[in-house]
Parts: sequence; structure tokens; C-alpha cells
Amino acid sequence: MNGWLAALAPLIPLAAAAATLLAHNRPRLQTRLSLGFATALLVDSALLLAAVWQDGIVVVQASAWEAPFGITLAVDTLGAVMTLIAAITGLACLAYATAEISEQDRRAFFHPLSQVLLAGVCGAFVTGDLFNLYVWFEVLLIASFGLLVIGGSKAQTDGAVKYVALNLVATSLFLLATGLIYGLTGTLNMADLALAVPRVENVGVLNAAAMMLLAAFGMKAAVFPLFFWLPAAYHTPLVSVSAVFAGLLTKVGVYALIRVVTLIFTHDPAWTNTLLLWTAGLTMLTGVLGAAAQNEWRRILSFHIISQIGYMVMGLAIGTRLAIVGAVFYLVHHIVVKANLFLIAGVAQQLSGSMELKRSGGLYVAAPWLAILFFIPAFSLAGFPPLSGFWAKYIVIKAALDERGFWIAAAALVTGLLTIYSMTKIWGEAFWKPHPGGAVPATEAPRAMVAPIAALAACTVVIGLFAQPFLAVAERAAAELTEPARYIRAVLGARA
Amino acid sequence: MEAALALLVGVLVAVAVWLMLSRNLVRLLFGFAMLSNAVNLSIFVAGRLTRGAPPLVPGGAEGFAGAFANPLPQALVLTAIVIGFGLLAFALVLAWQAHVRLGTVRTDEMRIAEPPPAAEEAK
Repeated sequence: MNGWLAALAPLIPLAAAAATLLAHNRPRLQTRLSLGFATALLVDSALLLAAVWQDGIVVVQASAWEAPFGITLAVDTLGAVMTLIAAITGLACLAYATAEISEQDRRAFFHPLSQVLLAGVCGAFVTGDLFNLYVWFEVLLIASFGLLVIGGSKAQTDGAVKYVALNLVATSLFLLATGLIYGLTGTLNMADLALAVPRVENVGVLNAAAMMLLAAFGMKAAVFPLFFWLPAAYHTPLVSVSAVFAGLLTKVGVYALIRVVTLIFTHDPAWTNTLLLWTAGLTMLTGVLGAAAQNEWRRILSFHIISQIGYMVMGLAIGTRLAIVGAVFYLVHHIVVKANLFLIAGVAQQLSGSMELKRSGGLYVAAPWLAILFFIPAFSLAGFPPLSGFWAKYIVIKAALDERGFWIAAAALVTGLLTIYSMTKIWGEAFWKPHPGGAVPATEAPRAMVAPIAALAACTVVIGLFAQPFLAVAERAAAELTEPARYIRAVLGARA
Repeated sequence: MEAALALLVGVLVAVAVWLMLSRNLVRLLFGFAMLSNAVNLSIFVAGRLTRGAPPLVPGGAEGFAGAFANPLPQALVLTAIVIGFGLLAFALVLAWQAHVRLGTVRTDEMRIAEPPPAAEEAK
């Protein structure tokens, strides 16, 4: 039973993609199917998390081929949490899209592509096999290519060129590293790799492959200095598309980094962690400084994705139990908040007519409800108590101070301060100052756009005010990550 | 045999990197095509090579007697070829669209999504 829950996480969106494709000429049916399957995914992932919470790591051996010979699905607490949060974000963005996309966008296969993207994301979270992870990465990548260019504006074509080119390089690196690791160890099952990697004698090639893998995942996660595809592309597509991208895509990269660093490449933690720590600090600072230079809603927010990725990598780099708790908590908080901010940017554009801060304004008077809805995720992003971002930052920085990492803690605090600067810039320009054209063109937004924003904002408030249960889940995830023996035993059984 | 193929992989990667450093989008895509072939070949070599020994258990026998070709890397390469082909097909169409819509395939002339500061001021 538990196994089916894990297998269904990628299968439901794949079925949804097929179903929505068949309903291509029936717009209303297609939309209902898309939302229905997304809801089913939400239920499935919630049940999966409950199952993992109760019975421990859920493992499926496809076609009953014993690990490490077949394809293994292995879902620990981190995987289950990520699947759940992906389902929430997916549903919210699809609901928003029902009010946003035109008939032409819909005919450009918006729904099937979105579902394939979700399948790729969920597949990456549940798989226990390195090559299978590569395949899921490709599934979500090719779907994201398709989604990125829906609409076909000049800016989208331009952004897509850079997005595609850099992601192709990352993909090739990932595949090359996978091939080399297979050549060294003779296995691709992640649990089996954890046992095989310390026994490898050819450490030079192993390190080269490990660095290639880190570079590939780093590029997917948009860390310094590999992030340039992100701010080039994320402000160009449909709002619902960019919200899904902002929420989920880079986080799949972070998830893969966490998985590989805590499970497989544990043979030289000092070197890996130092490298990651520098990366984290520079990612935070360049991201937040990049945001300070921008004057457009989504371009500011895109750079903030990068700076926030730095906090998660920082948690991973410090590597203590508490730091991993912080990184996991940060992942969950960030996906909800960031997707929501992109959706709010879309509504702000609907009302004031532009995402350029220069050409918008007056929203505080025209739409105070939007101001409140912006206020919650924006200040959560900056780390104001009692919102979710405060706890996330607090844990990561406390973990840094416990390990006497004063510089990285300082970098994190400075980044938080500069985040407030960016958020107040949006506040001052888009909400506070009068609209340059006189009156704000519209004051009402479709309910289908506001409802998902309100729901995600409610999630942020709940995570902030009732942090304890979420912390307990993050602690359980961190306990499993810092003691990889549990994962290995769950997958390999008596062979471990 | 492995050494020769490893050298070939090295040459292909070198050519691919050189092509991908070009500002011309078409050259970049040729580079990616070469790179993905080099990667596929390296996975194939990483699985060790055997000549004329298909991984088929002879009739009546319980298992393999001697060395046999490793079928796993071949399955991996097959998957990777399909994926690489899909990605390349999309990238080629994108390059064509860039040529049609933006009127250029030179990456340093593509400044629409991220206009230089001066152009942004003029807007």
C-alpha cells in the first residue's frame, strides 16, 4: 500500500498529462482534469508523508527486482515533504492559471506540459537511483523548455536561449558524472553507491566525477557562479509558469545536492563542506545585490531566489543535525513564499498594468487586500517574526554560530537586511507611491487568481505561528539524512 | 580498445567545448550534439568493453561461462540518446525561432530579456 503511494507520486501527473492531452479540444474538461489530477496528487502526497511518518522510509523495488539490480523508489521524510509541497505549489499555480492563460496559451499545451513538469519533480523526489534521477531531471527540463516559450514573445525567446543553453551543459555534466561513477563502482542505486564509494581505489577519478555532479546540481540549483540562466529567463514567461519554476525547479537541484552530499559523497566532508560554504556565502550576497539593482517585480524576485538558495546550501554545508533541520525547513518555507510572490506580481500587473516598478503604483489605496497579501510572504522572505522565514533563518544562523561560523552567519544576516531593502523598494514603488498614470487601471482581480495567493499566504502564516509540528518533521528528515545507515538498510535490507 | 575510445571521447569533448564557446547559437548546438555523443561514448566505455560476446545465456546453461558484454551501459546510452535527441530537437527549433523573431543567432546581440542599463533608461 505504502509502495503504491510512492509510485503514484510521479504516475498521477503522468496520467494527467495523457488525459489533458486527449481533452485538448475540450477546454473546460481539460481544465477540470488538470485541477482534478493535481488535487489527487495532493491527497496522494499527503498520505505518503503520513505513511513515511508512521512506518519509516518507504521503499519500492520496481517489478520486484531486488536492489541494487532494479530501479528503486525510496522515499524518506525529506522526499515525502518535498513531494507534498510540490503538489501544493502545483495545484495553486494551476488554479491561478485558469484565470491567466488565454485560449492560445492553452492550445500551446499548457496543461499537459505543466503535468509533465510535476511528474518530473515528483519523480526526482521519490527515486532512489542515480540514473533514474537523471531521467526525471530531463523530464522536468524538457517540460520547462516547452512552458517557458508559451506565448512566444521576443523576450521569452531570448530568455529561453540562455536557459536552454546552460541547462544543456548541466545535463551533459550530470550524465558524464553518472557514467564515470558507474564505471568506478558498478552500481547506480544510491544506497548501494553509499556503500561502494568508500571502497573505490581510484580516488582521483571519483573526485572528478563528484565535482562534476556538484557542478551539475549547483547549476540546477542556481548557486554562484552558475546561476546566470535564472535571471535571464524567469521574468519572461506566463506568471503561473514562472511561479512554478520559482517554487520548484531550483529546489529540485538543492534536493539532489542534499541527497548526494549526505548519502553518497561522505568520504571527504571537510573539502566538500568548505566548498559548499563558500558557494553558499557568495550565492547569498551576489543574489541579494543583484536584486538591489533591479527595477522590475519578477527580476527582483528572481535574484532573491538565488540569494535564498544560498541559505539552504549554507545549512547543508555546515552539516550538523541542526543545520540540516534549518535547510529542510528553509526549503519548505521558501517554495511556498516564493511561488506566492510571483503570483502576487501577476496580480499587481493585472491591476496597475505593468511589472516595471517605474510604471506602477497606487496599489495600497486601490487594493489594500493585495497589500496585505503581499506583506505576508514579503516579510516572511525577509525573515520577520513570527512568519515562517524567521524560523528558517533563525535555525540556519544558530547552527552556523554553534559551529563558530561567524563569517557565514554575518553574510546571512547582511543578506536578510538587504532583502528587506528590496521588499521595501517594491512596497514603496508599487504600493505606496501614486500611480504615474493617475488612477490605478483596475481594482478587482479574478477570484481564481486571489484564492491560491490567499491559500499560500495562509500556509506561510500557519508555518510561522505553529512552527513546532513542521520543525518536528524537519528534525525527523535531518535525523535520517545525518544517519544514512537507516536509508541504506531500508533500501538494501539484509545486504547492507 | 578502451584507450582508443577514451582518446576519441577526449577529442570530441575538446571540439565540443571549442564550438560551445562560440557566440553563434548554431555552433553552440553543434557543440552540444558532439558533447552528448562524447558523454554517451564514455558511458559505453565505462561499462568495460568485450568483443563478440553478447549477453545471452546459451540454451541449457544456467549462466554465463566467460566474459560477456555488459548490457546495462547500453541501456543507459540508449536512454541518453533518446533524451539527447529530444533536447537537441527542441534547441534547434528554438534557434530557428530566435533567427525568425530576434533576427539574430549571435548571443551577444540578444539583449531583449535583459536590456543593458542605457536601453533601460531610454525606455
